[in-house]
Amino acid sequence: MKKRIWPKKIRLAKDAIARRGMFFLTTLPGIFVFLMLFGLFQKSRAIFALKSFSALLFGSSWHPLQGEFGLFPFLMGTLWVTLVAMILAVPISLLTAVYLSEYAPKFVREFTKPIVDLLAGIPSVVYGVWGVLLIVPFVGNKLAPLFGVYSSGYCVLSGGVVLAIMIFPTIIHVSLEVFASVSYELRETSLSLGATKWETVKYVVLRKGRQGLVAAVVLGLSRAFGETMAVLMVVGNVAKIPNSVFDSAYPLPALIANNYGEMMSIPLYDSALMLAALVLLLVVLFFNVLARFFLIRAERRAR
Amino acid sequence: MKKRRKIEEKIFKALMIASTVVVIGSLLLIIGTIVFKSIPALSLSMITQTPKGGYYLGKEGGILNAIIGSLYLASGATLLSVLLSLPIVLYLNLYSRKTSAFASFTRFSLDVLWGIPSIVYGAFGFIIMIFLGLRASLLAGIITVSLLELPIMSRAMDEVMRLVPDALKDASSSLGATRLETALKIVVRQTLPGILTAVLIAFGRGIGDAASVIFTAGFTDRIPASLFQPAATLPLAIFYQLGTPFPEVQQRAYASAAVLTLIILLISLASRFLIKRYTRHMIK
Repeated sequence: MKKRIWPKKIRLAKDAIARRGMFFLTTLPGIFVFLMLFGLFQKSRAIFALKSFSALLFGSSWHPLQGEFGLFPFLMGTLWVTLVAMILAVPISLLTAVYLSEYAPKFVREFTKPIVDLLAGIPSVVYGVWGVLLIVPFVGNKLAPLFGVYSSGYCVLSGGVVLAIMIFPTIIHVSLEVFASVSYELRETSLSLGATKWETVKYVVLRKGRQGLVAAVVLGLSRAFGETMAVLMVVGNVAKIPNSVFDSAYPLPALIANNYGEMMSIPLYDSALMLAALVLLLVVLFFNVLARFFLIRAERRAR
Repeated sequence: MKKRRKIEEKIFKALMIASTVVVIGSLLLIIGTIVFKSIPALSLSMITQTPKGGYYLGKEGGILNAIIGSLYLASGATLLSVLLSLPIVLYLNLYSRKTSAFASFTRFSLDVLWGIPSIVYGAFGFIIMIFLGLRASLLAGIITVSLLELPIMSRAMDEVMRLVPDALKDASSSLGATRLETALKIVVRQTLPGILTAVLIAFGRGIGDAASVIFTAGFTDRIPASLFQPAATLPLAIFYQLGTPFPEVQQRAYASAAVLTLIILLISLASRFLIKRYTRHMIK
């Protein structure tokens, strides 16, 4: 069967229409970013009329019924959980990435990559359920008594552990890409001068990829900062600044997710929650821009 | 001196292997725990029935409403997201010049969108919902989740399309094809496995995300019959069941988590299978 070929005019017209349509769609991602910032800002403006910015961010009393919306305990909650997660996740992920890229035999690499992908694919609620089943009782019944403190197990440490596992894939993926961009000639030069494999990694691969690794860590950090459901389920949600890793905390994303039901019935409540979302967005935007900046620099250096 | 270097080498290699074991171990531990704890509550009625009265107090019923709701929601969102992502990625790779500032700005925006947490999408979706005069419904959920999926899908597609050799596009052009024809008949075909994987990854994200639908899709015990009715979703069903004080219902939350995990595993297997199957159309 002979395929019909449209006249040239029509084919060119189709191409021109497609080009315009696709161009329009391609402008959307950029517009979405601005629209998000603008929308959240508009919705949180009502509260700025009554409170100062610093009272909202650094005030520590949260009593929506009395019209007090201090976000500070929630910010601190997020910082604590994120910090614990980073302390656990950064060394483990970086060491794993080095192992996979420099040491591991091929079959180990082939076996581990799908596992890391799966870790990235598991929904955060499932992480949360797992945390409730395993990590919370472990921290509450085993770890806390070991340190001589009481803890329900729903605490910063549990949140940090669950979160750490959730950001393994992000850090490992970006680091692997960074290591792959370091040329083999460099490694071979180092080895031929008598350096051990670890010395080559330490002085050549890690040094060459330094900026890319910073980006990997920052991307993990930003992932951790905004993670909601899993953390919400294991962290206890008490609106107080935590004093130790065994205290409960109430991170910012959890605040937004938990109070959706009531937010329309109390004046300014919705606006305070939208402000919380805006703060989250701005922090994450900052981290992401920073990470991209480092990645672009790293790419230039690698060339 | 030489000995010290050898010891350092050994120590770090041991640490690396230990870390890798931790990473692999955590996945096995997660799946193991969920499967083990869910066995007592898993039953056929769980996935074939909707909640009957008093389900959240421990009475009869299942989570069919949430399974169907999630499938509707994720399918709709993925479809909408493909309709946006594919033209965007084709434009970036075929129409815009390699050094174009517009293209790099769009890619940067996609990177930024990729990093935005899903709870912020939820809040933004809520604003859109109010703006459009919608109530918490399947449609509002689909719109929100499609926004969440857009950067995931586009970035994954862009990664494979960037690898299409210029020679292939040039060959198509030199035979007289327009750019649109090259895009649809050559580039899409060449990158089909990558496109399908991107779609499946995004679908998996969409079906598993709770924070973005908590504001927008609502929750109901019935299976949604139209786009304007609220829809239950599997992640939220897990969350609510776990939040009840009754052990029987919490058991069901574990079982629901096992169902969700199974869906995700199936999606990931399917994408591996599709890659194998469709790679034969590719010109190497």
